[in-house]
Order: sequence, then structure tokens, then C-alpha cells
Amino acid sequence: MAWEPVIGLECHVQLKTRTKMFCGCPNTFGAEPNANVCPVCLGLPGALPRTNARAVEYALRLGSALGCRVRDESVFARKNYFYPDMPKNYQVSQYDRPLCEGGELPLAQGGVRRGIALTRIHCEEDAGKSFHPERHGDRRLSRVDFNRAGVPLLELVTEPVIGSPEEAAAFLTALRRLVRWLGISDGDMEKGQLRCDANVSLRPAGTRALGTKAELKNLNTIKGVERGIAAEIARQTELLDSGRRVTQATLLYDADRDRLAVMRSKEQAHDYRYFPDPDLPVLRVSKAQRAAAGAAAPELPWQREARFREQYALPAYDAAVLTESRELSDYFEACAPAGHAKVASNWLMTEVLRTLKERDWSVAEWASRVPPARFRELLERVAARELPGPLSKQVFAWLADEPGGVRELLERHGVSVASGEAALRPLVRAVLAEHPGPVAQVLAGEERTFGFLVGQVMKKSGGQAVPQEVQRLLREELAAQSGT
Amino acid sequence: MSASEVWSLPARAVAERVRTGQLSTAAAAEAGFDGPAARWERDVHAVLSTDRAARDRAAREAPRSGRLAGVPVLLKDNLCTTDHPTTCGSRILGAWRSPYDATVVRRLREAGAVIVGKGNMDEFAMGSSTEFSAFGPTRNPYDLARVPGGSSGGPAAAVAYGLVPLALGSDTGGSVRQPAAFCGVLGLKPTYGRLSRYGLVAFGSSLDQVGLFARHVGDLAEGYAVTAGPDPFDASMREGPAPDVSGWAGGVKGLRFGWPANLWREGVDEGIVAALERAAGALERAGAVRVPFEFLPGTFAVATYYLLATAEASSNLARFDGVRYGQRAPAGDIGDLGELYDRTRGEGFGPEVRRRILLGTYALSAGYHDEFYLKAQRARTRIAREYAAAFARCDLLLMPTTPTPPFKLGEKTGDPLAMYLSDIFTIGANLAGIPGLSVPMGLAGGLPVAVQLLGPADAEPLLLRAARALEVDGRTGDLAKAYEREFTWPGSR
Repeated sequence: MAWEPVIGLECHVQLKTRTKMFCGCPNTFGAEPNANVCPVCLGLPGALPRTNARAVEYALRLGSALGCRVRDESVFARKNYFYPDMPKNYQVSQYDRPLCEGGELPLAQGGVRRGIALTRIHCEEDAGKSFHPERHGDRRLSRVDFNRAGVPLLELVTEPVIGSPEEAAAFLTALRRLVRWLGISDGDMEKGQLRCDANVSLRPAGTRALGTKAELKNLNTIKGVERGIAAEIARQTELLDSGRRVTQATLLYDADRDRLAVMRSKEQAHDYRYFPDPDLPVLRVSKAQRAAAGAAAPELPWQREARFREQYALPAYDAAVLTESRELSDYFEACAPAGHAKVASNWLMTEVLRTLKERDWSVAEWASRVPPARFRELLERVAARELPGPLSKQVFAWLADEPGGVRELLERHGVSVASGEAALRPLVRAVLAEHPGPVAQVLAGEERTFGFLVGQVMKKSGGQAVPQEVQRLLREELAAQSGT
Repeated sequence: MSASEVWSLPARAVAERVRTGQLSTAAAAEAGFDGPAARWERDVHAVLSTDRAARDRAAREAPRSGRLAGVPVLLKDNLCTTDHPTTCGSRILGAWRSPYDATVVRRLREAGAVIVGKGNMDEFAMGSSTEFSAFGPTRNPYDLARVPGGSSGGPAAAVAYGLVPLALGSDTGGSVRQPAAFCGVLGLKPTYGRLSRYGLVAFGSSLDQVGLFARHVGDLAEGYAVTAGPDPFDASMREGPAPDVSGWAGGVKGLRFGWPANLWREGVDEGIVAALERAAGALERAGAVRVPFEFLPGTFAVATYYLLATAEASSNLARFDGVRYGQRAPAGDIGDLGELYDRTRGEGFGPEVRRRILLGTYALSAGYHDEFYLKAQRARTRIAREYAAAFARCDLLLMPTTPTPPFKLGEKTGDPLAMYLSDIFTIGANLAGIPGLSVPMGLAGGLPVAVQLLGPADAEPLLLRAARALEVDGRTGDLAKAYEREFTWPGSR
């Protein structure tokens, strides 16, 4: 029988607020263990939470971008379970009245565009981090770092509508782009800023009822999401094909061995005993807050991507790469010379992105060194074929490290450029006048001699002319001579 | 002035003498310890921890210009302090020392008060007799065979026998008002959200409120004025400033007090009924108007309360697991994490706390959540509406604080339900979030009797004015005088 996978994702996004969700501790990654803690995030007796308004604002930004319904009044609830990295042995989360419901994330995958329907988005606090076990003589020792405890999280849950591991990976990639775009998270999966669990079930192709699902945890990279889900689909397919049944369970994905291990079965499922947190008032969202959330991102990445294809006639691939980040797409629009968007796109996708990678720079850092106007000047000279390829690359390298415009850079480095039609045409005419013999040969169809003429012009230009431009002008001049 | 005189002064008189340089903060702080405590504390056991060095340090550091300059204050041991341990009357916290002061404690210190120690209590404020303290019971200073009430029995008894003129407790279902009634002192449970809960170790967060004990209405008003008001660290507080209680001596002319006599038609001690009549008469003579009506504030109030308070407690007390602080079961013979939790909590919590955690866990469990927790939430809304309807007919209610005078030690420890029912007149105020004040009305059969005043939210000024009217008339003279005459003091026996 042909089986059809049904996948739902549960994603956690760490918000990059200055402070934690319910206290004033710094929300920073990589501090000394247990440096960013206080009575509140350590869950000391008597300590009480207070809601971080900025975290709520970020949640509203995401909800607004995804077209969610936002509740006027949502409720923080306690999710009760014991674990050493949970300081209070309950997590402040949201349950039956979450901040956002519905909405969808648009995906473009393999030329097919569709929206992935969302169930909800809610605010909650992160737990600390356990490290275990260490051996100390004959004792085993676990350690807990509470720096992460209380960091603001958004939990985003999709409907079970994702059809393949690839689509799940595309969803996560798009979500990562969006949270970065909105400036609410760095979305770095390696740092745990974006995490993902997946619910996977199979059903006979073409049917509607959902099969028994398994929950996959520990999918720590986008590749891991794709591979873990693929492994689970394979496992369930084998079970069903051999006439056995899938049992509801939570599985851990081991990326190193590409294997799944059962963490707990349905019988061991938690009863979280949710109830409204009496320490926190109902979370009220005003009209003004909604409006501000919408205004924070007037154009969303997929909207800008579509506009780039239309307005600049860019290939889909280019539009996708350029809108990978808001900063890059802003830079593109600021530096692209009129009518030569593709030139800008090519340079950004190759030279600039390569430089960022090599030097570990952000787009912002690049833009502070090479403001768009400076880069546009280079692109304009390239588009006007005024700089030969190798020289333009050289100028590009200077741009990043030295001040000044293109002309200034060339002068500083003692390079004179005989380029551009105005400069080249006299050289072309001079060469034709100086070499009547080869000219006659070319006109007689001796194409090999054409190369000699090109070489002469290049020589006259001191090697600075663009060969293609020289060829074009030579053809023009020769055609003029043969015509007379 | 000798110590034997200073201990009996009202808090305001102590502060006045300290401000004008007639009395040192150290002498003020030690007055109770040099005086009555030297004789009484061993029998009563109101204090869990005190420490001469910490008292001296606090006295040295106390600003001499504040409203409570030099006033010694005892705190219930569920209010976090940096200079004394905070045990909540439990073994599970071990030798834990809070790294921070509760907001109300910080405000007391800023006003010049000297925290002299921590008072005994039922473990995690769960109890009505202070018999569930892991460190032994407190006894009623009027009759050592009887309980002081609870859960704030230590602070109530300490104010009664004269250790301090002012003490703080917490009231989740009557834990300030009931011990105040049993010990013959004033006990105020403010409007929910008027005193910060930051640093009050939670029992039932939506019901808990820090409360005050005093022997004088003016001291109570002073303590309230210092501790009440918004705190950004407690998100459950009411907005805006706390009501102004400076008019506590302003009289009750024209005040309409509800008289729901149906509540004490049966099951209420005769001495308490007589006290209610005396109080009503005193209020009427002072110009107030009696408004009799039938009042049935939620027949299911006790059940509602014990479902909600235990549900919240089951979650609030989850953090006491021995992992981060407090006492942990010895690691040697522990197999896994589950066993660590079981042993630590099983050994660390006493029987009443374990009982309530189990009750609350059950009330929130899948399959029972709707039937118990949700139903109790709906009942709570209804009870609050019934109080609101009553306050549409009168300015405040006069009713009993407790159905009986102080009971004997051991009388109810074996019967949780009987113990829970001793809260029947006090839990309504917690469910409705309204203020309540227990006012001592002298002795009946040698034991203190009291009445309770309840008002709508933010009615603290009215409650204090009414209490003042009772203080003048109900006790035939100033409370302090009555107190000295009716109570045999160490110096006089």
C-alpha cells in the first residue's frame, strides 16, 4: 500500500529581548554558568514573575506577519512537571487561551507555492540546561545552568499539513528567515535559538483520517529535521507494511547515527495539570499594540521576494537569495544601478556573500564599510563596461578596506583605466590606421588576424581595456571601413 | 525609661521617642526580649528564630527618622529576610537563607522598623492552630493548654504577650484574623493586591495576602500605611496608591454596618454572640446604623476554598525538591531522580502539607480538573458576587471571626475537616479579595473573644475607623488599658 506522511511541527523560537521573560536578568548566550540569574528565574521561595512587554511585542510582530488572530485577552498558565532544570517545577506557558491562533506561513518549494496553516503561537519561558552525568570518583554528578531559565520563547505549532521531510525543512528555513527579518530572534539552531519537534504519522494515500503519530524530539538542525522525519517515515512504513501498528510514543533523534530511540511511550505521558498562573494578570493587547506590531514589518520577506522578481525581473533563485535577510535585500535595493539589477544581484550573491563568509561579517558590517552608494558606483562602472573583469574584482577588494570612490582607489593604486567607449574608440581607430595590412586581411575574411588587432588595442590601453568592448568597437570600425 | 515600660508602649509612641532621641533603637528593639519574652517565650514558643547580633545590627542600621523608627517587628516565617532564616515552619527548607528581603520587609526597614526575628507558623501556612509547625506548636498566652490559632500563631501570640507592638503574618483563609481573635489582638487582612506578595512564600497565590497584627488601631494604620502600595515586583497588585488610612480615628457617624444574624443563629459560641451584640451597640452609640439582613455567603465556601488553595499550593510547593536549595535526602542510597524527589519531599514535608499537595494535585488532574478546579472557580466568582451584593446594602459587615474561642491543643489535629471548618467565617474575604479585620472584644470565660469587620475592596480606612470605635467603647476604655487589666503580666504576678 502507498502511505502518505502527515507532519506537524512544534517550533520554539528564543526571542532576543534584552532581558528574560519574567525578570530583569540579561538574556545573553554564552555567559559563565549561572551568571544571569536572580530569585525570580531561579524560582526561589517568594519570588514572583512580571511579564516582559518587549517579548509580547515580538510575539505580536510574528503573529501579525503570519496573519494570526490575536486574542485581546490571553492567559498565562502553569505547565506542571518535575525536572531539575525547571526551577519552579512548572513552566509558565499558555494553554487554552494562547496569544495567537490560526494564520499561515507561505512557502515556495520546487516552484509550488502554498501556505502552511498554523494552529497557534504562544509565549512561554525556557528552562535551564542540564549537563550530565559527570564522574567524580565513584559518584556521578549532574550540573544545571540556569542562565537559559526564563529566556522568552515563542512556541509555534502548525496544523498536521506538511507532506514531506523536505517541506518540513523548507518550513523551518522560511520561519528562520522570518524571525530574523522581524528582528525578534537570531534563529540560530546551533545555539538553540530555534528548535523543532515533529509529529509524524502515516495514512493510506488519498485517505483523510490521521494515523497514530509519533513525536520526534532533538531535531537540532534543519538537516536533522529532514533526516529525522525521513527516518521516522521509513520506520513507520516498515511497521505498517509488515502488518504491525504504530504506537504513540516520543522518540529522540540521534543525528550522528541517524537513528531514533524511544524516549517514552503513551502510558508514560505527562499530565501537566495546566491551570491559569495566579501570579500573572490576564495579558491584554490593545489596538495600539496591534497596530505597532503590524507597522514593525511593512513588507514581509515573501512579499519582497515576489516584488524583486517582478520589479527587477530577477530569476526566482536570485530573489530568494537576496531576500534571505532584510538587511541584504535593503542593501540590494540601495545599491542596484537603474536598469542593471541583475549585475547587482550577481555581485551580491557571489563576491559580497563570499566576502561576508570569509571575514565573518554581517550585512550591516559590510554596509557600514561599503555604503550602498559606494558599491553602486562600482556596479555602474561594471555595467557600463568601463572596468575589465580582473580590475573590477581588484577594486572590489579595495572597497572593503579603504576609503574613497572607484576613481580615487584607482588613482591611489596607480592604475589608469583606458576604458569606456569614449576612451577606447580613438585607440581602435589609431590601431586600424597603423596596421592597414592586417585590416585588409581581416576584411578579406582572415579571422585569425582579428585577434592581432584586439591585442594591439589592449596593448595601447595598457591592458586596462575590457576585451569584449574592444572586440565590439573593432567590429564596428571595420564594418564602417568595409562599407565605405 | 525602663524596658518594662517600653515594651507596653504603642508602636507610634516608640517611634516618636526614637525620633526625638529619648529612646535608642537598640533599647526599643530589646524591650520585649528584656521584658515579657524573658518570662513568656519559653512557654508560648511564638518565635522560631531570633539572633541578638542580627537584632543589634538591624537596630544600628534603622533610620531614626522613619514612621516606625526603632519599632520592633516580628515576621511570620514565610516572609523572606536576609538576616534571619526563612523556614515556613518546615524542615524542607533546611538552613536556607534568602538572598533578598520581601518587599514589605524592605518597606518596614526603610521606615525605621527593626526586624527582631521570625514567628512560628503552621508549615507553609497550612493549618489553623500552629500545631503543624515542624518546630513544635505555639501556645495561647491566655491559656497554655490552648492553641493560639493559625497559621500565623507565632506573630499573634508574640503581639499578645508583649514581645512586639507590631507583627506581620499572612492570611490565605483567615490565618491572620483567626489567630488575632484567639490571642486577643487586632488582625488585619488587607484587600488582595494592596500589600506586595513579593517575598511572601506562596501557599495559594490568588488568596494569599500579607496581614498585620497590633494591639492598637493606630499602630495597625501606621503599619498598613508603611507596607501597602504598588510594587512592580508583584504583577497581581491593584493599580494606583493604597487607600489613605490616616483618618482611622475619624469616627463612624452615619456608617451602615450589615448585621447578618442568621450566620450565628446556631453553632457559634455564646461569648462570641455576646461580643457581637456589644460591638453593634458600641457602633450604634458612636452614630453608626445597623442594617439587619440574611446573608448566605456561598454555602460551599469551605469546599471552594480548599479546592482552589490546595490546587495552587500543589504547584507552588513543587519547587521544594532539594535540587537547588533546602534539605535534600542523603545521596548515598538514592537510585534515581524520582527517588530523590520522593524521599526529599516525603521526609521534608509534614502530614498536613502532604495531604494538601495530594488534594490539590488531584483537583487539577486530567479527568477531575473540570469537576473540581473549574467548578470551584465558578463558585468563587459567585461568592464574590454575593459579597458585592451585600455591600450594596451596607458599608461593611459585622460578623464573627471564628465560631468558637481557642480550642485545646490536639483537639482537632486528628480531624482535618473540623480544623478546616474553623475557617468558615474568614475564607469568604480571601475568595472575594476583600479586606477583613478581627477586633478583640475582651474575654469570655477567661479566653479572648473577637468580632470581624468585612468591607468591599479598599475599605481599609472604614474598617479601621469602625475598629477604633470598638476600641474606645467595646473594651470600656483604650485597648491598651483593658489589655493590661485583663492579662496577668510577668511583672504583676
